Amino acid sequence: MAVYPTIPPKEPPLGERGAIAWVRHNLLSSPYNIAFTILGIGILYLIIPPFVKWAFLNATWTGHSKADCHPGGACWIFIRAKLDMFFFGFYPHDQLWRPKTVIATIVALVAASKFIKGFNKLKIALIVMFPIYAYILLRGGYFGLSPVETSKWGGLLLTLVIASVGIVLSFPIGIVLALGRQSKLPIIKSMSVFYIEFVRGVPLITVLFMASVVLPLFFPEGVNFNKLARALIGITLFEAAYVAENIRSGFQAIPKGQYEAADSLGLSYWQKMGLVILPQAIKVTIPNLVGTFISLFKDTSLVMIIGLFDLLAMVTVTANDRDWLGMDTEGYVFAAFIFWIFTFSMSMYSKRLEKKLDTSKGK
Amino acid sequence: MPAFLRDEKIRGILYQIIAIVGFVAFLFYIAQNTAHNIEQRGIKTGFDFLHATAGFDITESPIPFTPQSTHLRVFEVGLLNTLIVSFWGIVFSSLIGLVIGVWRLSPNWLINRIAAAYIETFRNIPVLLQILFWYNVVLATLPSARHSINLFDTIFINNRGFFMPKLILHDGSWMIGAAILAAIAAIVWIRHWARKRQERTGEQFPVFLTGLALLVLLPLLAYLLAGRPITAVYPELHGFNFRGGKTFTPEFLALLFALSIYTATFIAEAIRSGIEAVPKGQKEAATSLGLSPLQQLRFVVLPQAVRIAIPSIINQYLNLIKNSSLAAAIGYPELVTIFAGTSLNQTGQALEILLITMLTYLLISLIVSLILNWFNAKMKIKER
Repeated sequence: MAVYPTIPPKEPPLGERGAIAWVRHNLLSSPYNIAFTILGIGILYLIIPPFVKWAFLNATWTGHSKADCHPGGACWIFIRAKLDMFFFGFYPHDQLWRPKTVIATIVALVAASKFIKGFNKLKIALIVMFPIYAYILLRGGYFGLSPVETSKWGGLLLTLVIASVGIVLSFPIGIVLALGRQSKLPIIKSMSVFYIEFVRGVPLITVLFMASVVLPLFFPEGVNFNKLARALIGITLFEAAYVAENIRSGFQAIPKGQYEAADSLGLSYWQKMGLVILPQAIKVTIPNLVGTFISLFKDTSLVMIIGLFDLLAMVTVTANDRDWLGMDTEGYVFAAFIFWIFTFSMSMYSKRLEKKLDTSKGK
Repeated sequence: MPAFLRDEKIRGILYQIIAIVGFVAFLFYIAQNTAHNIEQRGIKTGFDFLHATAGFDITESPIPFTPQSTHLRVFEVGLLNTLIVSFWGIVFSSLIGLVIGVWRLSPNWLINRIAAAYIETFRNIPVLLQILFWYNVVLATLPSARHSINLFDTIFINNRGFFMPKLILHDGSWMIGAAILAAIAAIVWIRHWARKRQERTGEQFPVFLTGLALLVLLPLLAYLLAGRPITAVYPELHGFNFRGGKTFTPEFLALLFALSIYTATFIAEAIRSGIEAVPKGQKEAATSLGLSPLQQLRFVVLPQAVRIAIPSIINQYLNLIKNSSLAAAIGYPELVTIFAGTSLNQTGQALEILLITMLTYLLISLIVSLILNWFNAKMKIKER
């Protein structure tokens, strides 16, 4: 029997492999495609070189005052000089270690949570304790810490405080509203529907106006909320309606059999909802919830309209400094960059979760 | 637990009674406090203020407005300005969103990445920041009126806004409107006729091209026949500013640009997910039937993609209308800025004014969701 040696396969022609093939297939496959590639290069040429020149090549990185800045480029020393204000607002300068400690604690806790597996009592205790710890440290008045009025809080610190308190508080209210909307009791159901649809139909700014102007009228004299508390009430009540709709969509994804199975096991309403339905509904809807929290984070910038000094408002404040007039561009670009880092990483996280939680495709 | 509490129905009724009693008690508490506080602070109540003189002027108004006008008039101007900026915002965000959404699906890697970068950049920056950026940075640093950017002596761009020619309609211009209506009626009829003919004989008729020709030629003919009844007034530089023509203020433009660019990212994503949701088999089936790529898009992919994309696009339009209220930060005179802002400060009647404002937005939302429901019902897959 003749033995035929296998001839090794020839490599594909040069034009069909490696970078050249990639370029041919993705950029130059047809006349249309070539035209689009040229268009794309044109767009990039219009945007990237001027931006790089402004932000890096012609930019000023070192110096002390406006006089040190070259014209035609970004003046990043402005950001350096005002960094504390962007991050902490009007928080007293000698007390800045307090918000810094809080932030360091957050970073440490997040890092530590990578090593503590699962969701155990220690974690819950930390989550419950942390806001109290952060509030005492930031607000002061206890343990010899000098009190710092919330009106002095500002910048990114305030943005993060509003966003996190809004997220934490709107979540349970949202669950209650969603349960109400799912309820078979007509009056409870219609009250929930009315609330959710009303809030979702109006802009956040009107709710914030309501909270800052009308809310104090609702309470007896002597009961006084500070500006921050009013903004928090407004944002929380507003976002709760959106959270409720997210959770409701989660309810709808739960098969009817789950309800029936819980009923036939003899579980009470609260057992059924708390142990069977909600855990599944929330799991399904986590990506949507993260989406809602992203918009909540962006919406926190609206508090500047009712006179709080969040990160965005600090741009206006610092750019009006007489020594640094005309630095709006740098301020806005910097604030946009900070907002973008937070929202973009949240949306990346939600995409990862979506993949992780997607059990529809068999593994 | 007493026996009657073990009945689920009775428990339900009991819960609801508790809820109602609690709610009414809460309302009563609030109402009493509010009445007391309002009296203490000497704030007027009721809706009489709507007919009181406003006493302030509004920088841009589509209808006549003087400081002697009433607060009701302020409301009307605000609502109209909200609707105007929302209308143009919807137009531009749809156009940008369509282009970016299609680019996002392009097989061209470069264009695809540019669209993705656009979406990820502008979607993740708060729209208020974008509004302020356009207003305080881009539009504020344009040249002064004397050194305007001059486009063919018709459009002038400077730090006081965009100045464009204004069209003036003279007698006889109704003929052009009539011609446009006639063209639309003709297109509807031709479409109907062409479909019937195709069903009968199988021959196709170029409806789109004929329609386009009609829509251009008929009004043009009417324009010439009526003796050119439309003329344009060009903006001219007088002293430090332009007069004549149509002016778009920086406030309007900043709001329009920011809202359009921001909302376009969501519209682009809706279009992309709509088209991607059409199963691959549909395209393959269309190819095997011998449909051209354009026919595939027109008769197979788009009708299915639209069903998924349009509801979320309509929701984005609603968001755009609601976001137009952020004009309060730059002073474009829309509903929140002048009515819930200036009028509120003048009269102090926050409760009434905010209630009217919220109900107005609620009404707009209601109309939009009625449109959405109508669309969903129309687009529902009919199973026979």
